[in-house]
Order: sequence, then C-alpha cells, then structure tokens
Amino acid sequence: MTTVETYAKISHAKIAPRGLLGSAPVVHGEAEAKRKYRREPGFPVPVLIAPATLWLIVFLFLPLISIFIFSFWKTTGHGMVPAFTLEHYGAFFASEGFLDPNSPDFLTPSVFIRTLWTTFRFTITVMAICLILAYPLAYFLSMQVEDFKWQLALFLLVMVPFWTSYLIRAVAWLPMLGRHGLINEFLIDIGVIDEPVSFFLYSEFSYTMALVQLYVVLAVGPIFFSLAKIDRTLLEAARDMGATPFQIFREIIFPLSLPGIAIGMIFVFVMVMGEFATAVVVYGGKTSTTGTVILNYYAIANYPFAAVNAFMLMLAMMIGVVFILRLVDIRKEL
Amino acid sequence: MARSTPERRRKARVKTAFSIYYAIFLVFVYGPMFAMFTLSFQGPRGGVTFPMRGLSFFWWEKLAGPSAVGDIKSSLVRSLTLAVIVMLITAIFATMLAMAFRKKFRGSGPLFYAVMAGLMVPGVLLSLGLASLLRTIGFSPAWWYSGLGVHVVWTLPFGFLVMMAVFNRFDFRLEEAARDMGADEWTVFKEITLPLITPGIVAAGLFGFTLSYDEFARTTLLAGAQNTLPLDINAAMTQRVQPTIFALGTASTIFSLLMIALFIVVYTILYRRSR
Repeated sequence: MTTVETYAKISHAKIAPRGLLGSAPVVHGEAEAKRKYRREPGFPVPVLIAPATLWLIVFLFLPLISIFIFSFWKTTGHGMVPAFTLEHYGAFFASEGFLDPNSPDFLTPSVFIRTLWTTFRFTITVMAICLILAYPLAYFLSMQVEDFKWQLALFLLVMVPFWTSYLIRAVAWLPMLGRHGLINEFLIDIGVIDEPVSFFLYSEFSYTMALVQLYVVLAVGPIFFSLAKIDRTLLEAARDMGATPFQIFREIIFPLSLPGIAIGMIFVFVMVMGEFATAVVVYGGKTSTTGTVILNYYAIANYPFAAVNAFMLMLAMMIGVVFILRLVDIRKEL
Repeated sequence: MARSTPERRRKARVKTAFSIYYAIFLVFVYGPMFAMFTLSFQGPRGGVTFPMRGLSFFWWEKLAGPSAVGDIKSSLVRSLTLAVIVMLITAIFATMLAMAFRKKFRGSGPLFYAVMAGLMVPGVLLSLGLASLLRTIGFSPAWWYSGLGVHVVWTLPFGFLVMMAVFNRFDFRLEEAARDMGADEWTVFKEITLPLITPGIVAAGLFGFTLSYDEFARTTLLAGAQNTLPLDINAAMTQRVQPTIFALGTASTIFSLLMIALFIVVYTILYRRSR
C-alpha cells in the first residue's frame, strides 16, 4: 500500500462516521466524537488533586485559621473558652503602664514586640551574610566549573548538610565556640589574641554564625539554579561587543540571577524568623525569639497568647515575603 | 583562535581564587560536624569542648547503655517508621499533583501557592495551630497522625517541585503514541509514564524521607507522649550537655549520609535504565 492510499484510508475512516461524506449526518456518532474530543487525555484532574488538597486543608489551613481564631479567645488558666477579646493583642503591644504618664514603662513597647523586633533584626543580618557568602559560591559552581558532572558533584557536596539533622548541626557548634573552643585556639595560634575570649559562646556573634551556617545552603541552591539557567550565548555576545567582565556581571548576570536571590532570601527569611531551637543551644537561652515565646506560652497552656504571638509572627513574615516579591518578579522562575 | 595569554592567566587566577573560597566554605559548613565527630571520642573525664582528655569509646558505650538519653531505640524506630510513611505519601501526592499540573485547570494557581505555603509556614506555627486545635476538640496529638500530617505538608513542596521539573522535560508524544495505539489510561501510565518518571519519584521520596527523619520544629508539640528521635536529641541538649550528645549526633549524621548515598545510587541506576 502506498502512503497516499494509507492516508486516504485513514481520512476516510475518520471522516465517514461524522456524516461529512454522506448526505445525512450521523447524530449519535457525532455526539460521541464530540465528547471524546472534549475529554482530555490523562487521569481526571479532580482525582489527581483531591487527596493532596484535602491533606493541605486539614494540616495546613485549619491550623493557621485556628491560630487566628484562638487569638481572640479567653484563657481559663488551664485552657481556653470561645470569646471575642482583644486583651491578648493589647498585652502583646503594650506593657502594664503604657498609658500611665507616671509609670516607668510609659509608652514603652512591650517585651513581646521587642522580641519580634529582635527576631526580625537577627533575621535581616543572617540574610545579608547568607547572600554575601552564597552568591560567590553559586557563581563559582555555575560559571567557573565547566564540566557538568563536577558541577553537580560540588553542588551536592554543599547541599548535603541540608539533609542532615539541623539540631545536630546546631549542637556541633559548641566545640567551636567555647573559651577553649576551636575559634579561640585558632585566634591564639595565629596571634590575633593572647587570652581566650568568652565572646564566642552564648553571644550574638555565635548565634548569628550558627544560623548562617545552618541556613546558607538554602540560599546557595536557588541562586545556583538561576545562574545555571542563564543563556551562555548572551555572555558570549556581550564579550564580543567588548564588555568587561564586570560590565557583563552588572548588566547581564546579576539582573538575571535576581529571581534566584529572591527565592533564596525568602527561604532564609522564613526559616530564621520561625527559629527557636538554635537560640537555646548556642545562645544559652539568653535571648528569646518569638518562636520560643510561642512555645513557652503553649507550655503554660496560655494558648490564646501563644496564638497572638504566632499571628504577629505570621504577619511580619507575610509582609517580608511580599516586600521581597515586590522587588523581584519570581513568577517566571516557577 | 587562541585567546591572548594575559587574559587566560587572569581567568586562571580568578578560578583559583573561587576554588579557594569554595574550600573555605566547605570547612565552614562541615567543620563543626568534624569537631563533633572528634569530640564524641572524648575521654571519660573530658567535656563538650576541646581539649581532648584522652581517647575513648566511653560516650559511645554510654549512648548504647539503657538510660543514656531517654529510650533512644524506640524513638529511632518511630522516626524511621514515620520517615518511610512520609516518603511514600510525598512521592505519591507529588506525582499525582504534578500530573494534574500538566494541564490547565481552574484553581491551579491557588493550589500551587497552597502547596508552596507548606515550605513557607514555619514549623512552630503549624505545631501551635494544630496542637491547640486538637486539644480544643478533645484529641491528643500523636506522632503517627498529627506528626505525619505536618511532616507531609513540609515535604510535599520539595517532592512537587522535583516532579514538576521531571514533567517539564517529559516527552508527551510517547504517551500520545500509546494512546493512539489504543492503550487505556492505566496502561499508558503503567507502561510509559511510570518507568520514565521513576528516578524523579525516587528523588521526591528522598526529600520526604530525610526531611521527615530530621524534622524537629513541626513535631515539637505534635508528637504526643511518644518522642521521635529529634525530640529526644533536643531533650538531651536542653539537659546537661555531655559528649554523649556528640556520639548521638555523629551516629545520626552518618545514618543520614548513608541514606543520601543509598538514594543517589538507586537514582543513578534507575536514571540509566530509564534512558
């Protein structure tokens, strides 16, 4: 059979039932054909998404909505009862003598809002350091390492700690930081200091260092991916037109890596804002984050006040994420 | 056409500088772990920081002993069981979702963000919300349902992103060809789709397993009376810190690394086979 014959046979077979060749249309055949045409191939979407959607409703949305609702309930000392009270919000913002001009606490924000502020300040510092450390690394992996296998291997080597226990990694900082810790010994050895300093353990410095080490890989990943996706012919073209390496970086590479930076920074931001365990380990519980405040109030069964802190934390995080998304459009990336 | 030599030399210098930076970065990321590893062999009278006072298996033996850090063996079993269940659910849900997202459907935007929200919402919020909700309606949290629930919320976005990437590079014509030859949907899935995406499913499972096995924040208030391993580790940390915790940490880290290596080997084998 020639190709033409085959084609004729196929087209005839397809067209005939629809009544295009005959004088009278075949009604039921047409309806069926239409239905078949409309039905998309593959499993039906509702079946595919139903289990995960239900799961997310129960284990993600209900808890978040509960936090919001419970923040208005009344505490009973060992639990809570439904009510609508703003007293917990009041306590979150203002300490006892907030409106009393004679009180020493007149117009001072409460300890809870200051904790949230400290948490936020730490987070911004950690984000900045993570970005400074992660960017050159991602740049090295994506632009300087040419062999794909090496690229993947070196990238995995950096990412592996992300898959190990973060509690353990926090604990692992203890031997580094004490008075006889490795950092002190090292600084004495190279002659920067004569005596060990206790500055390294249970200090802001050690806390920041530990957080950076714990979360920096979260910034490396997305930046690496956005750099690796850059079309190399663009760089070639710029070079041919006489651009200096710095110009190429400023005009092409950096702008194209912004989505990766944004995603990485969002990761670090939300993780560090919700942080609570590291503070206890490497900061000796000397400071509290909003996370520890939440857990402490949960422990004494003051669920509504824990919920208020949680809600304010959520709000602060949403503002932060929206702010980052405003700066960079990441939708193309996803 | 060879480039001029000075430029080449400059490039080599830049590359060396970056390589040195990479090495320093590795020391920064892995250094504490090696310190912990060394100190787990601390002598019996030594503490949690240097110097080493002798070299011994004292703390390892103590870890293996009965009352070292809570009931470690049963919490290890719980953590592993939970990790395996989370791995399976993550792999299945992620595959189903990614298959749905190959088409345009109503509500796909919100659903996408809902899945991603699992990545964004801190564990302490989920812990608090679900735990207080359960207590209000008269349930006690337990690792095998409330713990499992929030673990999957956390691991699903990773698995989902992996499967999305897999289907982005998927050749749809293979499926169409099978359909044109009269295969029904199940046959197409079983014979064509599944073999091709299996490496991706393994990768999604890896995220599910390791992230669940190490998860602490989300389990804090949701494990109920029986602890998972990270909860035991945390309990041991907040008490008097002894080198036992380093032995435990080293053991746990080595286990995680072995799991990752195992997954990478399985992935590579499956990936080669699916080509």
